[in-house]
Amino acid sequence: MARSPGKSFFGRFGVHIAVAAFVIIWTIPTLGILVSSLRAKDQIVASGWWTALTTASHTDAGRLGGAANQVEKDGKFLIMGNLFGAGDSRTLTAFGIKAQAPAEFPAGSVADLGDGVTLQVNNDGSYVMSSPVAFEGDRARRIYYAASIPPDFTAENYKTVLLSEGIGRSFINSLTVTVPATIIPILIAAFAAYALAWMRFPGRALLIATIIGLLVVPLQMSLIPLLKMYNGVGAFFGVPAKTYLGIWLAHTGFGLPFAIYLLRSYIAGLPREIMESARIDGASDFEIFVKIVLPLSFPVLASFAIFQFLWVWNDLLVAMVFLRTDADQMVLTARLNNLLGSRGGNWEILTTSAFVTILVPLAVFFSLQRYFVRGLLAGSVKGG
Amino acid sequence: MTAQILSAIITVLIGVGGCVIYFWGANRLIDLVFPSRGVSGAAAIDNLRRQGYIRPWLFVGPALIILTVYLIYPAIATFYYSFHDRGGQSFVGLSNYSWALGDREFRQAIFNNLLWLLVVPAACTFLGLVIAVLTDRIWWGTIAKSLIFMPLAISFVGASVIWKFVYEYRGDGQTQIGILNALVQFFGGDPQVWVSTPFWNNFFLMVILIWIQTGFAMVILSSALRGIPEETIEAATIDGASPFQIFWKIMIPQIWGTIAVVWTTITILVLKVFDIILTMTNGQWNTNTLANLMFDWMFRGTDYGRGATIAIVIMLAVVPIMIWNIRQATREGGGH
Repeated sequence: MARSPGKSFFGRFGVHIAVAAFVIIWTIPTLGILVSSLRAKDQIVASGWWTALTTASHTDAGRLGGAANQVEKDGKFLIMGNLFGAGDSRTLTAFGIKAQAPAEFPAGSVADLGDGVTLQVNNDGSYVMSSPVAFEGDRARRIYYAASIPPDFTAENYKTVLLSEGIGRSFINSLTVTVPATIIPILIAAFAAYALAWMRFPGRALLIATIIGLLVVPLQMSLIPLLKMYNGVGAFFGVPAKTYLGIWLAHTGFGLPFAIYLLRSYIAGLPREIMESARIDGASDFEIFVKIVLPLSFPVLASFAIFQFLWVWNDLLVAMVFLRTDADQMVLTARLNNLLGSRGGNWEILTTSAFVTILVPLAVFFSLQRYFVRGLLAGSVKGG
Repeated sequence: MTAQILSAIITVLIGVGGCVIYFWGANRLIDLVFPSRGVSGAAAIDNLRRQGYIRPWLFVGPALIILTVYLIYPAIATFYYSFHDRGGQSFVGLSNYSWALGDREFRQAIFNNLLWLLVVPAACTFLGLVIAVLTDRIWWGTIAKSLIFMPLAISFVGASVIWKFVYEYRGDGQTQIGILNALVQFFGGDPQVWVSTPFWNNFFLMVILIWIQTGFAMVILSSALRGIPEETIEAATIDGASPFQIFWKIMIPQIWGTIAVVWTTITILVLKVFDIILTMTNGQWNTNTLANLMFDWMFRGTDYGRGATIAIVIMLAVVPIMIWNIRQATREGGGH
């Protein structure tokens, strides 16, 4: 590319700003659930996740001890105690005695409540109220205070979600669905792709056209007949209609057109000379395929494997049609969809579950991005 | 659970082993039935020819069977069911189609799908192109592209949770924890319930798909832009063309084919959009689309006839793209 545009300082600066803006808009939403999943439950609802690192402050009300708690010391009557419970990480910054002025006195200062009564409240929430005469009545005094909450990060949400919300089990289920559904189509597609690329037989052109046509056929076209077929097969053999085997085969079927298409265009591009010299040496098609084509096709096999893995792992529709919705078979996407219904407002559970769900695809994506991009380019640019 | 993991491992072994045994065994079998080695010359040539007839079908056989069972037969059957009643038994003619035309939900879904088709592919292609051009000019472009590309790896359900959190609304007086409402409040506006305000909520759902798919458009278009010969741009620069002229008159025409590919790919995806609707609104507040409506009739309505009819309508929209693809491929491909 020519570097002519943006030669000026401002032009170049503008490009940096624009790209930075796009990157921020594109990453902020994901960052939001990552940060939230690490925050304590009560903090998520108290303040926006973008304030997670700052110390939040809030005002609250508390009650001092009643007259029954008073002790007499040096001729004064004292009520002592602490506004905060044990283990409270808050810091009291100010206090007040009226709701209208909750932060009238700074922490540690002595407030004059009139009639010689004084109140001192410290940073840690401890207080001393003293009076020259004995306190009376059992109505405890209500006071107001401002406290700051330090950032509180925790792995507690992950523990909850994995162990008691069923995400852990669903993680295993997702793996159970994904791994075979990724591996099974590869070999089947590779043989077909080789035949379509390098063997001559009647009907080949028609087959290729069919596969290109099938590439865009929406999944929705298959669901109802397959559902009926599975129910029929299940009833006929007296086996459950919704099994892992069923979904493995379904994903294999739905993934095959793309697999054959992608592999064929790559295998067809292998140098003709290699094939021909092997054939002259007396190698059969089978030998050529196993010894030459398969090893040379590794990059495209890897590309397809990543695609199929991401597609199956992220799929919700096929899983909802072909698997049961109990703990034994519910995959991560289905579980997350369920939690959205049952745990609508519990953002600590939703954000954490979502992050667990997207963790594996993101890891695959970032570690194997090269193959992913290569497959994407090969799969869409040539054929469209 | 251990049994489940074990059975998965065993299936992988049986599946892969079965494939290997099938391909190897079938190959051995035709070698034995029609031997080409150790027989007289004429017979060997004859047998080789016979092998040449059979072997391709051994190679494509398993794929062909699976494609037929999982895609070709169901497509025909869906067409058949669309003319039948809820259980798929008795013929009802066009009554499913006339139901669809009169149904308020269905018309809403068609309208929304059209809206999605107008906005999403255009937005993704446009944003993808802009980002591709911009990131090509800066040293940290690869990192930027990688981050914008990332949502493509996230499931629609995961993305829905992510965006539901962005759109989160809390009642007046409470702290807004959704970043969109917090921003609106910061700039002095009133927080809104984004996903349940009819008509406009469609656009807030579309944002999710645009967020996911822009990276796809960007990667494909960026690679096409790199394929433009350097000389043409240099020549234009020497002739005194401005950056905008170069972009519109030199670059865009050269990558027109790629833009069409990106556009159609996203169009097909949009027609099938289901997960986002299901998880964000489940079709409430006038956000239903055809794919979600079909799911509704399949499971909650248990009317296979109507479900199949909706599938056919989705398919009809795909057919032109399908024909165009096949023609394109056969024109280019020919041999291979």
